Amino acid sequence: MKLLQKNLVCLWEEEKLIKIVKRNQPSRAIFFLTPVLAIFLTLFAGGLIFYILGFKPFEALKFFFIVPIADMYGLSELLLKATPLCLIAIGLSFCFKSNNWNIGAEGQLTFGAIVSGGVALLFYNQEGFYILPIVILAGAIGGMLYASIPAILKTYFNTNEILVSLMLVYVSKLILDYLVVGPWSNPEGFNFPETRQFSYSARLPLLFEGLRIHAGIFLALAAVVVSWFIFYKTYLGFQMKVSGFSLKTAKYAGYKGKKMIILVFLISGACAGLAGVGEITGPIGQLHREVSPDYGFTAIIVAFLGRLHPVGIIFASLIVAITYLGAETAQIFMQIPKYTGQVFQGMILFFLLASDYLLFFKIKFTGLKK
Amino acid sequence: MIFDINFVGLIIASIMASAVPLILASCGELITERSGVLNLGVEGMMIIGAISGFALMTVTGSLFIAVIGAMLGGVLISTIFAFLTQTLITNHVATGLALTIFGIGISAMIGKNFVGIPGKEFPVLFKSLKDTIPFLSPILFGHSIVFYFAFALPFFTNYFLKKTKIGLIVRAVGDSPESASNQGINVKLVRYSCILYGGAMCGLAGAYLSMIYTPQWIENMTGGRGWIALALVVFSTWNPIKILIGAMIFGGLTIIQFHMQAIGVRIPVQFLTALPYIVTIVVLVVISRDSRKIRLSTPSSLGKSFYKDN
Repeated sequence: MKLLQKNLVCLWEEEKLIKIVKRNQPSRAIFFLTPVLAIFLTLFAGGLIFYILGFKPFEALKFFFIVPIADMYGLSELLLKATPLCLIAIGLSFCFKSNNWNIGAEGQLTFGAIVSGGVALLFYNQEGFYILPIVILAGAIGGMLYASIPAILKTYFNTNEILVSLMLVYVSKLILDYLVVGPWSNPEGFNFPETRQFSYSARLPLLFEGLRIHAGIFLALAAVVVSWFIFYKTYLGFQMKVSGFSLKTAKYAGYKGKKMIILVFLISGACAGLAGVGEITGPIGQLHREVSPDYGFTAIIVAFLGRLHPVGIIFASLIVAITYLGAETAQIFMQIPKYTGQVFQGMILFFLLASDYLLFFKIKFTGLKK
Repeated sequence: MIFDINFVGLIIASIMASAVPLILASCGELITERSGVLNLGVEGMMIIGAISGFALMTVTGSLFIAVIGAMLGGVLISTIFAFLTQTLITNHVATGLALTIFGIGISAMIGKNFVGIPGKEFPVLFKSLKDTIPFLSPILFGHSIVFYFAFALPFFTNYFLKKTKIGLIVRAVGDSPESASNQGINVKLVRYSCILYGGAMCGLAGAYLSMIYTPQWIENMTGGRGWIALALVVFSTWNPIKILIGAMIFGGLTIIQFHMQAIGVRIPVQFLTALPYIVTIVVLVVISRDSRKIRLSTPSSLGKSFYKDN
């Protein structure tokens, strides 16, 4: 036994058994495999947490990840939640790819919802085919306007975009709160903090009877296609990639840095704004206090989990959307606190970042030398 | 009544009380950032501190254990951040965000059973002197020990960074990890320690909120204070003494909204609540406009990973 111990120490000291070697180049296969690894690690750690909390881990995981999507209604709900996540994450990937840390998508979503909601309220007693396009456009513009604040402050006043975009989240939620309680509240609404119902022409049509999934999903899919095209087929996409790798290189190459910063913020603001439109003109059809259960923050995780790749983001948004549904189901059936969803989201990002280690480093098993 | 000198003293005291969590968290984060690490998880560490403190206080009944436990809670969760960013060389910004999301989730999960439980009274110092001197005594006396600690902390931090050898090492690591490493300094160790220290201070800041300032557990009770603390570090241009000034301004904004509502100023309450966030943005713009000044005072390696090839 002692001998074995001595041998092991020896092996460890000379690093013969396991060796950690830096890769010359990040591995591409691992780049797309680590998200899967991260998901499995999260499931494992999640099971462990359930066990500690005194639940049967497998049963809890089943209620969390399988039961909520086992029927048509569940699938529709999954797509309903995945739609805004996917849209916002696509927008954020423009920012993150080019090294701009827009973490205030939640605020841009809220402001987009405010502007489009305001426009929809203007037409509350009218019907017409032209209303919906105007409402959607208004949402995108609202999101862009709100995203332009951190962008302009960053480019012209050198201000940290992380802090500004985040502070604006709190501000946007307070503006919304003010509007739905005060000037925009439904005059016949018995003082509930909500606006009038929008007219049918201002609402995204539902796709199937009895299910809540609505046409907003096409907006998300369109964003996926367009972003794929921009990323991989245009000069702008190339510029973003270069700036993401090295701002210095981008500068030497003569790219217009300021213009690009503003552009990527506007794109991600527009996407978040559109997600906001989907939230209020879909099944709900009015503005109320809580337009979004933190989709804007969760989408940051989705963007990373999807590796900032449009197709990856689709899968990531579906997976992360389950945590929203799972948290609800698990609470109803097993009295598991609903915040477990957020814990899962945090863990996914932790594990994803941690497994990135494998991108840059190889673990070599050199075997025993006899 | 408003012009009563004692009343003014009370207002100043309440401004100082609301500045305490900001000072604690900012001073902790300042040390972390001075070592070159950008930890955006302040909000997450604070909320963990808040729930650990409150939960331990309710369960054990000991305030001492609760305060220490809150700091340990902050240390524990910042260890995750330290391990990821220092050992596994992950991106600081993304890891910090994950820490915040995770912290808010975990705290709400633990805190589920503590909602609605009344807190305990936290003992105050110099209670007997409270009515002796007009104006000054409400400011100086009758506060918790954390309060006094918070107002001493910026000075200690300043002394530590400027006059002690360890402080010099921390600054060296933050400004040039390569040269520090060549001098034989263990960069990883220094950064680990600074991150854990930051976690402890954020934990204490959270405990102050849930045990002293508003003694109860409310989900998400930090309400963005962690982010304001982060902004304060930029505002201070990484100078601990200026944190004191910044924290007083933000404390003032928080307190003023209550008094404006009380004297019946006709401004929507949401606007007043939004004021600290808007002012933060304005202040950041004013401070950052001079890019040369920011570049001179920012720790040069802030947010950049350091990897030593052996």
